Amino acid sequence: MIIELGQFSLILALCLSIIQMIVPLVGAQKGNSRLMSVAKPVVWGQFFFVSLAFAILTLAFINDDFSVRYVAQHGNTQMPLLYKVSAVWGAHEGSLLLWVLLLTTWGAALTLFTKSIPIEMMSRVIAVMGMISIGFLAFMIFTSNPFERLYPLVMEGQGLNALLQDPGLALHPPMLYMGYVGFSVAFSFAIAALIGGNLDSAWARVSRPWTITAWIFLTVGITLGSWWAYYELGWGGWWFWDPVENASLMPWLLGTALIHSLAVTDKRAALKRWTVLLAILTFSASLLGTFIVRSGVLTSVHAFATDPERGAFILAFLLIVIGGSLILYAWRAPSISLGGRFNFVSRESFILSNNVLILVIAAFVLLGTLYPLIYDAMGWGKISVGFPWFNQMLLWFSPLLLILLGIGPVVHWRHAKLKYVWQQIKIPLVLTIILTSGLASIFSLGFNNSLLGLFLAVWVLTSHFSIWLTPLVKGKTVNSLVNRSLAYYGMLVAHIGVGILVIGITFVSSHEIEKDLRMAPGDSYQMASYRFTFEGVNDVIGENYVAQQGLVKVFNDIDVLIAELRPEKREYSTQTMPMTEAAIDVGIWRDLYVSLGDEITGDAWSLRLYYKPFVRWIWAGGLLIALGGFLAGIDRRYRFVQQRRKDIS
Amino acid sequence: MTPKRQKRLMLIIAMVVGVSIAVGLILKAFNQNLMYFYSTTEVQEGLAPQGQMIRLGGLVVEGSVNRPKNDVMIEFKLTDNQSEVTVRYSGILPDLFREGQGILAHGQLNQQHIFIADEVLAKHDENYMPPEVADSLQQSQ
Repeated sequence: MIIELGQFSLILALCLSIIQMIVPLVGAQKGNSRLMSVAKPVVWGQFFFVSLAFAILTLAFINDDFSVRYVAQHGNTQMPLLYKVSAVWGAHEGSLLLWVLLLTTWGAALTLFTKSIPIEMMSRVIAVMGMISIGFLAFMIFTSNPFERLYPLVMEGQGLNALLQDPGLALHPPMLYMGYVGFSVAFSFAIAALIGGNLDSAWARVSRPWTITAWIFLTVGITLGSWWAYYELGWGGWWFWDPVENASLMPWLLGTALIHSLAVTDKRAALKRWTVLLAILTFSASLLGTFIVRSGVLTSVHAFATDPERGAFILAFLLIVIGGSLILYAWRAPSISLGGRFNFVSRESFILSNNVLILVIAAFVLLGTLYPLIYDAMGWGKISVGFPWFNQMLLWFSPLLLILLGIGPVVHWRHAKLKYVWQQIKIPLVLTIILTSGLASIFSLGFNNSLLGLFLAVWVLTSHFSIWLTPLVKGKTVNSLVNRSLAYYGMLVAHIGVGILVIGITFVSSHEIEKDLRMAPGDSYQMASYRFTFEGVNDVIGENYVAQQGLVKVFNDIDVLIAELRPEKREYSTQTMPMTEAAIDVGIWRDLYVSLGDEITGDAWSLRLYYKPFVRWIWAGGLLIALGGFLAGIDRRYRFVQQRRKDIS
Repeated sequence: MTPKRQKRLMLIIAMVVGVSIAVGLILKAFNQNLMYFYSTTEVQEGLAPQGQMIRLGGLVVEGSVNRPKNDVMIEFKLTDNQSEVTVRYSGILPDLFREGQGILAHGQLNQQHIFIADEVLAKHDENYMPPEVADSLQQSQ
């Protein structure tokens, strides 16, 4: 009975979202404040019913209600509570419900925290969010209903895919979705501004903190996903250019461009048309990402469902949203005033150049991801784009981006003097050359890509430290270093995060060592300055699995035992497939990584050994980038209450 | 033409040339990194190139998996239920690799028509069949 209540809640939420799309919009066009006042209660009603549906589905998982098909497919009585809950979004139907829940949460938060914009604007924003909500609720109810009953019911559920039974993965999808869905706010603001025709820079100011928040979630989500793939998939890779990874990278790249151009529009009232276009493209990329992940069109680890009906639905929705908003843009954009002008050498043009470069990178990621699909659809054959191409493209386009990144923050707004810029960057440039050559000789780097990577990383780091410390040189007190705005610190931290990330990528790509080999108990293998000794394999029993556990002892160059690694091969009671659990010795400078293969003969096993220098820096960089966003997002400029008080006074 | 227009024209020409060169380079790199899929029958008919990275897919033949030298090198046969190709792979196989399962391998064909795989992909779902393999099975019937 309670399951039917969940179903009913979803249908009610759909009805409310239809009202949400139509009534406030009509109200805003006619200037009817009674119609516009409908917006808030409808948003909250929808939030309530979707939350109720989500709670009911979660309860069904906790209570092992296998009369529900979705629970029977992904739940299991043996699973720990954490995974019973995370199983709710472990597959297609439930993850859509999460999508909608987050969308209505964003909507509710929007009505709660945004008070300084005109009610017409707000009503239009709410209406656009209602339209997105209709698409997803209808998709769920008509093609992927999580509350569908199963008859005859089963005694035991199939359980969550063992790969997904992991704390990292319990968090990864909600984070990513918060990001994807959060860009709908920036999108709604842009569309609302286009509909209303009032594209002053106020919309940029209001949508900025929302966009930054969404972007932070996406940054953390991608970082978590990379970390999860690294230790859980047992392959030791941290990025595979898998279609699903690309699907999250594209909105992230566009979102990164968007938060920068929003800053320009907010502060200088410039780049207005460009910012609106980016807001549309960013959310389109989020929708495209959902389409790629959920329709199963591309061969991928993540494509759980292959269902043409679903694919067709999302594709149609995608065409309506992207096509519709681009047509609206083409129609309305010419009426947007050009806004603040700027010179060729100015902060604005540096940010614009970086935007364009980021867009180019996003474009090649899109090309590489969709090309196999187009190729197949044309009947030219079945191909895949190798990851060397993606790496090559990144190597061509990101150096310029990183060089500009170190210069941009010292360039003045509107009109800057080249001579001044040169004075600011010459010291960090010299420092970069000295540091890079020093480090290159320590790590014996040749004249190759890793030298380039190191140079760029050091450049980003030294230039930002010099930006921070310059006031000291000019005779200012230490206090003046500390008393900068949080937004300024956010920029420094995020950009330094980029430098750390580039160091990680450079060293792990150039200095990692991988070896698959046969080892009998007592066998040793020397890798970098570490000696790996295999001691044999034992059987162990876990909470809901049995495993074969190997023991590998690692000694350093003076023969001191530094780690005992226990990689496992697990068999979960609910699944027929085995699972490789890698064992990792974690360090700031390197990870040592061992996974267990198969038994070859007698006691001899195949093992994979990895030496991964600086791999942690990749995720540390990702987290720093997110932290920078956080600092910028809580800057007092965005505290709406204060903002309002200032407006009044 | 006024000097100003001339300058603008030069700028546009320079941009067009620059963009074309960039696009050309991207597409050239692109074509070098495309990996074509071949079924086992196509390999046996000699349609697949030697010494070039390709993808091969099929079902792992029951009873064909062995370690000829008792080391990490594994040999097995792939089939589309019509013809078989021998595959060699040195390394650890994915968890879902098993006999009867549909898999994809990346690698090159050698002179003896043995496929030397760099990478073996089996998807993380026991009921999943790579679409390429599903197609090749259908065609061979």
